[in-house]
Amino acid sequence: MSASPGRIASKKRPGRRSDSADRTAASSGGAPVLIKTRGLTKEYDDLVAVDHLDLDIRAGEIFGLLGQNGAGKTTTILMLLGLTEPTDGAARVVGLDPSRGPLEVKRRVGYLPDAVGFYGEMTGRENLRYTAKLNRIEKDVIEGTLDGVLDQVGLTDRADDRVDTYSRGMIQRLGIADALVKDPDVLILDEPTTAIDPLGVSEILDLLRGLVSERGMAILLSSHLLNQVQSVCDRIGIFSAGRLIGMGTMAQLAERFGEGKQLLEVGLDLHADEEKARARSVLSGVTGVTSITDGARPGDPWHLEIERGADPATVRSAVLATVAAEHLPLTSIRAVVPSLEDIYRRAVARPGGSRIESRRHTPGEVPA
Amino acid sequence: MTSTTTAVDPGAVRKEPAADQATPTTRKRGIPRAGWTIISAKEFSDHVLSSRFLVLAIIMAIAAAVPLYFISGQIREAPSGATDFPALFIALFWLTPSVNDQIQLPSVVGFLAMVGPLLGLAFSFDAINGERANGTLPRLLSQPIHRDDVINGKFGAGLAVIAMVLVVMIGGVTAFALIRLGIVPEANELLRVFLWILLTLIYIALWLAFGLLLSVGIRRAATSALVGFGTWLLLTFFGGLIVSLINGVVAPLTTGSGEDVLKNIGLRETLQRLLPDTLYREASLTLLNPQVTTVSTPATLGQYAQAQQRIPSLFSLDQSFILIWPQVVALVGLTVACFALAYVLFMRQEVRA
Repeated sequence: MSASPGRIASKKRPGRRSDSADRTAASSGGAPVLIKTRGLTKEYDDLVAVDHLDLDIRAGEIFGLLGQNGAGKTTTILMLLGLTEPTDGAARVVGLDPSRGPLEVKRRVGYLPDAVGFYGEMTGRENLRYTAKLNRIEKDVIEGTLDGVLDQVGLTDRADDRVDTYSRGMIQRLGIADALVKDPDVLILDEPTTAIDPLGVSEILDLLRGLVSERGMAILLSSHLLNQVQSVCDRIGIFSAGRLIGMGTMAQLAERFGEGKQLLEVGLDLHADEEKARARSVLSGVTGVTSITDGARPGDPWHLEIERGADPATVRSAVLATVAAEHLPLTSIRAVVPSLEDIYRRAVARPGGSRIESRRHTPGEVPA
Repeated sequence: MTSTTTAVDPGAVRKEPAADQATPTTRKRGIPRAGWTIISAKEFSDHVLSSRFLVLAIIMAIAAAVPLYFISGQIREAPSGATDFPALFIALFWLTPSVNDQIQLPSVVGFLAMVGPLLGLAFSFDAINGERANGTLPRLLSQPIHRDDVINGKFGAGLAVIAMVLVVMIGGVTAFALIRLGIVPEANELLRVFLWILLTLIYIALWLAFGLLLSVGIRRAATSALVGFGTWLLLTFFGGLIVSLINGVVAPLTTGSGEDVLKNIGLRETLQRLLPDTLYREASLTLLNPQVTTVSTPATLGQYAQAQQRIPSLFSLDQSFILIWPQVVALVGLTVACFALAYVLFMRQEVRA
């Protein structure tokens, strides 16, 4: 990708929602559709794993597939690679039918499987060399190719150590390198960042962004890690029980699945009950604030719901002014926009979607 | 769907987003090489460098060296008797050496019949489930190869390793015979040995295919190893016992008449031929010893008397071969059946668990 990738230096933050939307607008123009499915269905004996899936993924975009375990993500991916026959419907990957011409599809699609593994008794480089041979890459360019991909994922230093000495995160990186060996047009990554440390994750996500912008690749990634999907994907598809229950950019999804209410998150350093009661009465007096939820434990942020139609910035200033006037110990204040997790939970909770376990509430944030 | 295919023309895909990627691939692709040969080459080097190869090489060396050591003693002690012994070189493989009056050791053929399956199983019991457990199978299958390249490549690599071990082993025996015993093999004998190596390869390939079948059908490598070696133990060491048991029930020696005895022996032979190692032993002994002119005991007393009166003669190679043809066919058939079953099962299996 970039000129000095050593350990993929974090030059820019992984894309935020605002520019994600821009990118999608730009890429959805004339870019060719590299992955296309129509009515793709996979049924097992008593279970519909994938139910009439329609998907279009264009060159130059990162598409995030989101869903619980068993929602059908991996089955979809396997059908796209021709590793499983669809029961019904059709798929086109780089313009080819994966179940008819799997070889050409597999030649041009890099795939990182879920829980990828390598031959432990071989070194990282030897493992990649085997992949290169299986892709019939010519002998005289193999080594250069391997150096390139190892460099991209930041494994150059450990490339000649046996894989059974690698950590899970390094194996994951090697898996990404392995998918890149064939110089693919489409990259399909199943849980690419599991077991990679947070710093490594942002490097990997930067790498993916770079591949998309420089090589014009299409990337399909599936993940449980909502924050990452949110930060790197142009578009997101929410999968539940084999069906795509929502698809689009973050903004589109927020619009469709958002609750339609705006929240202010206010951090207050209050401990005594009487202080809390005072803060509550003071804040409820602010115009535009309709309800107040205080932190369950000391230190937890409070949430103020803003009246429908009111300008959030005005309300925020009013809250600030009130807090200052009443000498409340304010630690932070910010507007809460629906995070992918909120959207996701709401999407799967809708009729037709399946229930998801409630996780810790971590609202996404924008600078106040 | 055809109309959408044209819309997503591969050429257009390449040109659009990035101008520098106009050429289909920046990396050169070599001349297409069959996928299974690449997998075979990798598996072969894996096998040869593995510790299990070392262990098996030692076992095979013992299987050849121990009988040879005792036979050579016997041959040296009786030089005059040895000179008019027909086909002395190949006799090295089937003579059962006696350590003393009581103890008889198995011949090289006998040893191979016993440890050969071990060789086959060891190189295949974890072929597929090992890849699965390792997480390498989906990655391997997502490379531009056919799915059967994986199982074919693994089988081919196993065969190659076994053939190599056998050739080295037989070569060692030949060298020993030439240098230490001064026995020079004749062309005819070499041909018989060559065919016998092929026969041994088929016999071991049967167990290789059986191991492969287990590795496809059983998820855990440890379980498939246990089942494989258990089957080997059962057939090789307890097979005879089980045959005697069935024989005793079905055709008991109650009256002790000649007919009764022959019936008992006939049934025993039939039952034993259900065991692959019997097939291999019979075929090997006939192939290696031209004096063997029959593999079955006569079925009636009349035939028995006839056989007694027959003048001892030597069989030519084609006569020997015709005699063991059923055994060879049975071994090949079993091997093909095991491999075909493994193949079909693997092709129909889901990539994921």
